[in-house]
Amino acid sequence: MRYLPLTSDDRTAMLAAVGASSIDDLFVDVPTEARFDGTIPGLPNHASELAVERHMAALARRNVAAGDGPFFLGAGAYRHHVPSSVDHLIQRGEFLTAYTPYQPEIAQGTLQMLFEFQSQVARLLGTDVANASMYDGSTACWEAIVMARRVTKRGKALLSTGLHPHYRSVARTMAKYTGDVLVDGDPSLEAGTDWAALAQAIDKETSCVVVQYPDILGRIDDMTALANACQSAGALLIAVVTEPVALGLIKAPGEMGADIVVGEGQSIGVGLQFGGPYVGLFACKAKHVRQMPGRLCGKTVDANGKRGFVLTLSTREQHIRREKATSNICTNSGLCALAFSIHMTLLGEAGLRQLAAINHNRAKLAAAELAKVPGVSVMNGGFFNEFTLLLPTAARPVVHQLAEKGVLGGVSLGRLYPGNDGLANGLVVAVTETVTEEDIAAFAAALKEVLA
Amino acid sequence: MTALNRAGWRPEMTAGGADDNVTFTGNRALMLEEPLIFEIGSSETTGVDFDEAAPAADIGALARSAPIGLPGLSESETVRHYTRLSRQNYAIDLGLFPLGSCTMKHNPRLNEKVARMPGFADAHPLQPQETVQGAYAVIHELAEWLVTLTGMHSVAMSPKAGAHGELCGILCIKAAIEARGEDRRVLLVPESAHGTNPATAAFAGFTVEDIPATAEGRVDLAALKARLGPDVAGVMVTNPNTCGLFERDMKAISDAVHAAGGYVYCDGANFNAIVGRVRPGDLGVDAMHINLHKTFSTPHGGGGPGSGPVVLSEALAPFAPLPFVTKQADGGFRLIEEESAGEDHPETFGRMTAFHGQMGMFTRALTYILSHGADGLKQVAEDAVLNANYILRNLDDVLDAPFGFSGPCMHEALFSDKGLAEGFSTLDVAKGLIDEGYHPMTVYFPLVVHGAMLVEPTETESKAVLDQFIGALRSIALRAKNGDPALKSAPHFAPRARLDETKAARNPVLAWSEPAVAPGVPVASEVGGG
Repeated sequence: MRYLPLTSDDRTAMLAAVGASSIDDLFVDVPTEARFDGTIPGLPNHASELAVERHMAALARRNVAAGDGPFFLGAGAYRHHVPSSVDHLIQRGEFLTAYTPYQPEIAQGTLQMLFEFQSQVARLLGTDVANASMYDGSTACWEAIVMARRVTKRGKALLSTGLHPHYRSVARTMAKYTGDVLVDGDPSLEAGTDWAALAQAIDKETSCVVVQYPDILGRIDDMTALANACQSAGALLIAVVTEPVALGLIKAPGEMGADIVVGEGQSIGVGLQFGGPYVGLFACKAKHVRQMPGRLCGKTVDANGKRGFVLTLSTREQHIRREKATSNICTNSGLCALAFSIHMTLLGEAGLRQLAAINHNRAKLAAAELAKVPGVSVMNGGFFNEFTLLLPTAARPVVHQLAEKGVLGGVSLGRLYPGNDGLANGLVVAVTETVTEEDIAAFAAALKEVLA
Repeated sequence: MTALNRAGWRPEMTAGGADDNVTFTGNRALMLEEPLIFEIGSSETTGVDFDEAAPAADIGALARSAPIGLPGLSESETVRHYTRLSRQNYAIDLGLFPLGSCTMKHNPRLNEKVARMPGFADAHPLQPQETVQGAYAVIHELAEWLVTLTGMHSVAMSPKAGAHGELCGILCIKAAIEARGEDRRVLLVPESAHGTNPATAAFAGFTVEDIPATAEGRVDLAALKARLGPDVAGVMVTNPNTCGLFERDMKAISDAVHAAGGYVYCDGANFNAIVGRVRPGDLGVDAMHINLHKTFSTPHGGGGPGSGPVVLSEALAPFAPLPFVTKQADGGFRLIEEESAGEDHPETFGRMTAFHGQMGMFTRALTYILSHGADGLKQVAEDAVLNANYILRNLDDVLDAPFGFSGPCMHEALFSDKGLAEGFSTLDVAKGLIDEGYHPMTVYFPLVVHGAMLVEPTETESKAVLDQFIGALRSIALRAKNGDPALKSAPHFAPRARLDETKAARNPVLAWSEPAVAPGVPVASEVGGG
């Protein structure tokens, strides 16, 4: 019971001080049939630090870690090298064990960091303002669709077929309850992005068009024409970025006219984490700021005229507006936002551009090498660090056979789009700076063997 | 031209006119002022080295050519910047953090070590299932603990925070009602509920109706019963409630709601008070989120991440979201996603988030649970409740305790501003506590009490710490009762004096922009004098 400082003498003295004869007196409001005072069946008692660490380490060893061999998975979560100082700094107790900055006078560390984070995110995504983070990219995407309904007073969202299928799934779930109508479909391996068709499909009921950039198949395209089509029809263009490192090399969605840009910030500073915690990015044009969900940090002054920061525009939030709030979101991903911000500060503009260029170059090399495997071709015309391979057979069993050979070789479209035979031969491959030339050679060799 | 430091702080100091308490840098010994990264970084500076130079980009017309405007710092500058910022924060590592309803308890470092094991931290959510059996085992093992501790049927692990968990539970209720072919559009939410409760209900398309509180600070059972009917989908109750009290009538509430065809949602934010001693399943709860970051001690990190698994009754279990982990007959684990849901879980309401939830929180929470065990968790609830009552009874002579008459509190003690001198408020008490070296309690919540102060010490505080805190709060309460004017301008010793929140909201500045520099004026005029 190493986390519990009260001694039995303390407990006795404190019970006497509050006028209770036993601890049960303090639980007097709990109906007796709902109390249990003995042990809980099936659950063990407390354990030493060593025993717990041993147990958890044994579970960890039952996983293949991404660093254990050649690794090429992406599809919404990317493996990048995170500088050591990032994790060191976020583990400072004053960051790690602080809470929501409700008392700004003694939370300026968190608040200034959030202001810097908002500023970095807005510049990276090419927008005016960003919030202080959300749960992850998929929930941020859904919140953007809900926000578009508030802004446009319309309820039909057109989702690009290139949107991550899990993001689409989240949006579909929520739309059932919010009353939004979603129009979507699966991507095609033969055609390019569906953005021109989306521009054609916008009508008077359309609240927003949601595109992903780069998209689930790794395709990149210019969204300017689509942004113009949205604007002239009174709809919003929502761009989803799942790999923000790309924006060190390719134009930001905001630069091309997107009204709301949301993203998954995991690839900068946070790590794979088996799916979470991640960090949702949410940014938009300044005119829509009062319709934004989530926390916002703003600059102000204190009673002595010194610059300081506070959480602001909270009249949008649930704790004030209750059922009229812009969102029910209450927390943010503060610590993950800090990791993102530190990593981005270490990179700076020069480092981010270099990192992005290395990612792209390494991916081009991999695409060229993998396309040499008999029967394999690369679908993409253009890409950043992720592309889709077309295999001569269904990709899904191939992934498992590659894993048996120690290569984690990508995400099969069969897993992402179960039941869609037209996509079954597609394999989405991500290549970051963590992938070496030896890894690429090992992947190509293993793929050749599996397909032989 | 006067000499300036890099950030342009206090340029007038170089003119020589300093009073005794003003420094050139704005620093005060170990309390250091810190400029923004945008003021000290540059677009050429970087704190990372790569093995290769940036290759020539050949991305064509999509190339990002214009400056992005991202400042970089060297590694040493970065470490200093964030270390200095960290020192402007209060944290549980520094002392008592008695935020009511937030459960700020000690964060064991073993949890951090475990979460960083490569098998957990460096695994991809879409890896082949046979390569992540250990991660699935963690989710399954934690799920078993949560189900057993709450006496419920099953648990949905994917919600990413408490409010996300509320949404999950409410969507389960909605799906269950639709599956019955009924149209019930009203959710009853007591006044004392968290603000997220009505927001969540509205988001899921329900109409929210308030249920009043009794004079004793509990749900008015008669009013609740009177409102039940065929249009009511259910009730959202917080238990223990936000007045720090156990809802004595919880079983009667559940029975009445069930008899009327509705479901009971319980906000489990205060589970810390009853873990190991009371099972919500025994009280008739159908769905309850558990804030892992509170009861099971994953660090709050300046606001998050949280994690909000939702325990479900047998009636709601079929509607739980995807994906989830099941144990196979051979001892292995399998992930149920959209594909396999058709046969195994056809009534699911869908997916709430891209991947499996907050794995990094699961490893920490399971580590904490195993460290405490069943016996330790029971002791957690008992010590948390004892500590809160110790605070209540040692302060109720100087601070109004609106429900102190109605018996013991649970793990938080509620006070109000009644009896403070004219013009003195809860805010003044809070800011006074800052000068005493404490993070203040939760203020102005719950709304059912005027000028509320909700104090939650948690079980990880010693008697000595509580005694000092009680002494400090007594002294401030007495100053507020006596109208000490110095309290009105507190805090005096914090990194900042009271901040102008009205100005921040009226003219929102949410991102940094280069200051407009008038000719002849140095820089950073916005910084202001000290």
